[in-house]
This record gives sequence, structure tokens and C-alpha cells, in this order.
Amino acid sequence: MLREPAADHGIRAERIQKRLGGNDVLRGVDLTVRPGEILSILGSSGSGKSTLLQCLNLLTVPDRGDIWVHGEKLAIRAISQQGGQARILDHRQVRRVRASMGMVFQSFNLWPHKTALENVTEGPVLVKGIRRNAAADLGRHYLAKVGLSDKADAYPRHLSGGQQQRVAIARALAMEPRVLLFDEPTSALDPELVGEVLRVMAALAGEGRTMVIVTHEMAFAREVSTRAAFMHRGLIEEESPPQEFFSSPVSSRLRGFLASHR
Amino acid sequence: MDGFVVQFVNGLKTTVLLALVSGSLGMALGLLAAAGRLSRWRAVSAGIGFYTTIIRGVPELIIILLIYFGGTVAISAFFGRYVEVNAFLAGVVSLTVVFGAYTAEIFRGAVLSIPAGQIEAARSLGLHPWQTWLLVILPQMLRIALPALANQWISLVKETSLISIVGLTDIMRVAAIGAGSLRAPLTFYLAASALYLALTSLALVIFNLLERRFAVPGR
Ligand SMILES: Nc1ncnc2c1ncn2[C@@H]1O[C@H](COP(=O)(O)OP(=O)(O)OP(=O)(O)O)[C@@H](O)[C@H]1O
Ligand SMILES: [Mg+2]
Repeated sequence: MLREPAADHGIRAERIQKRLGGNDVLRGVDLTVRPGEILSILGSSGSGKSTLLQCLNLLTVPDRGDIWVHGEKLAIRAISQQGGQARILDHRQVRRVRASMGMVFQSFNLWPHKTALENVTEGPVLVKGIRRNAAADLGRHYLAKVGLSDKADAYPRHLSGGQQQRVAIARALAMEPRVLLFDEPTSALDPELVGEVLRVMAALAGEGRTMVIVTHEMAFAREVSTRAAFMHRGLIEEESPPQEFFSSPVSSRLRGFLASHR
Repeated sequence: MDGFVVQFVNGLKTTVLLALVSGSLGMALGLLAAAGRLSRWRAVSAGIGFYTTIIRGVPELIIILLIYFGGTVAISAFFGRYVEVNAFLAGVVSLTVVFGAYTAEIFRGAVLSIPAGQIEAARSLGLHPWQTWLLVILPQMLRIALPALANQWISLVKETSLISIVGLTDIMRVAAIGAGSLRAPLTFYLAASALYLALTSLALVIFNLLERRFAVPGR
């Protein structure tokens, strides 16, 4: 069949399955992210949110299922009956796709032996071949954007958690990606530092960027998303615009989840 | 005695050269072995695990003798007549194999102590695996491994003395010859000790400087 389920843009994942350590972590997830959309993914711990996000840029290779990114189908081989692991078939394609999807992690994952500016510029230099001088300008631009112009030469250990996470966001932005993936970007932060990161993310949302955000920040998700999805045991159980999602959830499990996270 | 000063100088040169060559080759081997040990290919990883376990479990002296006599047998068979392996070469090969096994484990431990998230971040940007190695793993790994490497280098300097058993004229052998021929064992072995001590102290100083050089700025 010549059916092309992917739109020309955005992300489409179909029937994604992943088994890890004997658990069916993802059990056939379908997910679409259209350009300009801001999708929040909620769900209790262990429901598979991080795994799903990592499947989108193949940091985790799904056992089964198809993924299209910006209209391009990712070349992966499914797990075999004989137990052969699922694997990437076209590494070059995957690197190109990863470069077009910025990812921000719960634990920042900055490189401690590099300054804030170096953390931001290495990607453009190494992956996109941008010259060091130009990359430094680019890096300063994005550090300014997250409010850290004065921290370019600081090492991560000298930055607060909130500052580190903003450097990590600048690092993702400096690749000028078409999609941003956030995996609980504020969960590791002291409460008083959460706001500065959420403000940066809200500003990015205001620019019409495409974003997928795994978060436990209900108020933020409600305010910023264009759509919200609720994951439960490896499936998306409910998915709707934020007003409906938060005000009139259909599934009783989502109602319970929202009630317990108020 | 004066003649022995010259001989000690030559022995010192041989010892230093042997340590430097086998240490450098051994570290390169150790790096490769560590990368292989951490690779996704089970057969490669298991094979290298076998190598490091065997080598670390057998006395160095036996490895040296096996390589020296085994090498002689193999090369003689190849040329169809008796060929004795050069003692320096046998020393380089055996010490490289030994040093590679120990440093492989040191490097492997150092790599594993780098938080996986840092590597994930590099991959998420689209870096090639070897770029990730150069940017994230190598610089941090070397820093983490330095103290253990210093110990290993000091052991190496001392282990070179074992090669004298297959006839290499290093510090140790000069001392043994002198001790025998001039009937002054204490003098010669004390002199040899002083030379080894000087070399190991120099190694320590160099590693201290390296540790300062590679420390994460601002720590
Ligand atoms: N490498 C792994 N090996 C074994 N089990 C794993 C692995 N990675 C994840 N899991 C399991 O898969 C399940 C889903 O994990 P995942 O991290 O995707 O959940 P999550 O929704 O992101 O949870 P959280 O809110 O705690 O981050 C969990 O039960 C977890 O223990
Ligand atoms: Mg998670």
C-alpha cells in the first residue's frame, strides 16, 4: 500500500511497542504531533512517558511500530521472532533527525567539563559544521534568550539547578530544531527554581514552536498546551484539548490522576 | 666500578625506553580493549573479558617467559631454524599485554562512572558515536582514571626489572652482574634501588602535574 500516514511535517508514531526488563512499557501507542502544536503528556510514574519520548528520536529503539518525523519514515528493524533486538538501520538518518529534535532532560545532563557556552556550541560545531566563531555568537544569542548572558563562561557546577536547566534548553535551541522534547524538565528542581524554567518554556511556546512536554506541572500544562495526553500502563488513555482534558476528563483514571495532583 | 657507571646509564636508558614503549602501547591497547569490553557485540566484550581476566590472574613473570619461549618456538618454526627472540621485543610485547589488561579495567571503570545522561544528551543532539567519545567520554575518563593510572605506571617501571630474566641488559641486570663479579651485592642492589626509586618518583610527579592540568576548572 502506498498510504503515507505522516503529514509532511510534525511527528507521527504508530503502534509503538517496547518491552524493557520484562515489562511491556509501551503497548502500541499512537501519537501525532502537528507543527506548532504543544502537546503535554501526563501520567503516573512508570506509565511509559519517558520511554515514549525517547522512542521519538530513537534514543530508545521501539520493538515494533513506525515513526515518521517531518514526513520521513525512520528506518528501523522490528524485533524478530527469534529474539533479535530491534535496531536502527540508517544511523545517518537518525543523527539528522535527532539534530532536528531538541531534547531537554529531567537531570539537565550538561557536560561538567565544559562551560555553559561550550555546552551550547558543541552541537552546532560538531553536528552542523558551524565554525567556532559563528557558533559562539549563536551560543551567546541562545544563552541570552534563556536569561543567562552573564553565565557563558561558568561551569555547570557553579550554576543552580534552574540555571543548568536553562543552559540545557539553550543547548537544544542552538541546534535550531523543529521540535522540542521535554522530559519532566522541572522535576529535579527545588520548588523556588521551577518558575524560571517554566517561564522560559512558556516564552518558547509563545513563539509557535512545536513542543512535546512530559510534565507533572498541571497548571502549566493547562495554560500552555494545545493538547494534552494521559498515559496509563503503556497506552495513551485519553487525549484532548486542555479545557476538556482538565475540566471534563472522560476516563475515571484520568479523573483520579487529576484529583490526586491538584 | 667506573665501568659500571656507564653500564648503569645504559641500563637506565633501556629500562626507561622499555617502560615508555610498553606503557604507551599498553595504554592504547587498554583503551581499545575498554571500548571493546563496553561494546554491544557480546562476542567482542566476552573475548576481551577473557583476556583481561586471564592476564590479571597469571604472574607477570610467567607471561614474560611464555612470550619469550613461545615466541622463540613460533619464530623458529616459521623460519625453519633456531631464532632467538630479542629480549627487548619480548619485554615490550609481554609488558604491553599485561599493561593493556590492567588499564582496560581502569578505563572501563572510568567510562562507567560517567553518568549515562551525559552520553544521552550528546546522542540527542545527533553526535556521531566517535564524537561522543571525544567530547564527553575521553576527557572525563582520563581525569577519573589518572590516580589509578599513576599506580599502574609505577608498577610497570618496577615490572620492567623482570625482563632481565630473559637477558635484557636493564638496570636490574647490570646490578646482578656487578653484584656477582665484584662481590658487592649490597652496593649494586642499593644503587639499582635508588635508580628505580628515582624513576617511580618522577612518574608520580608527572602524574600529579597531569591531575592538576586535567582537573575540572573551578572544582
Ligand atoms: N532500561 C530499563 N530496563 C527495565 N525496565 C525499564 C527500563 N527503562 C524503563 N523501565 C521500566 O519501564 C516503565 C516505564 O518507564 P518510563 O521511564 O518510561 O516511565 P515514566 O512514565 O517516564 O515514569 P516517571 O514519571 O517515573 O519518569 C517503568 O516501570 C520502568 O521501571
Ligand atoms: Mg520519566
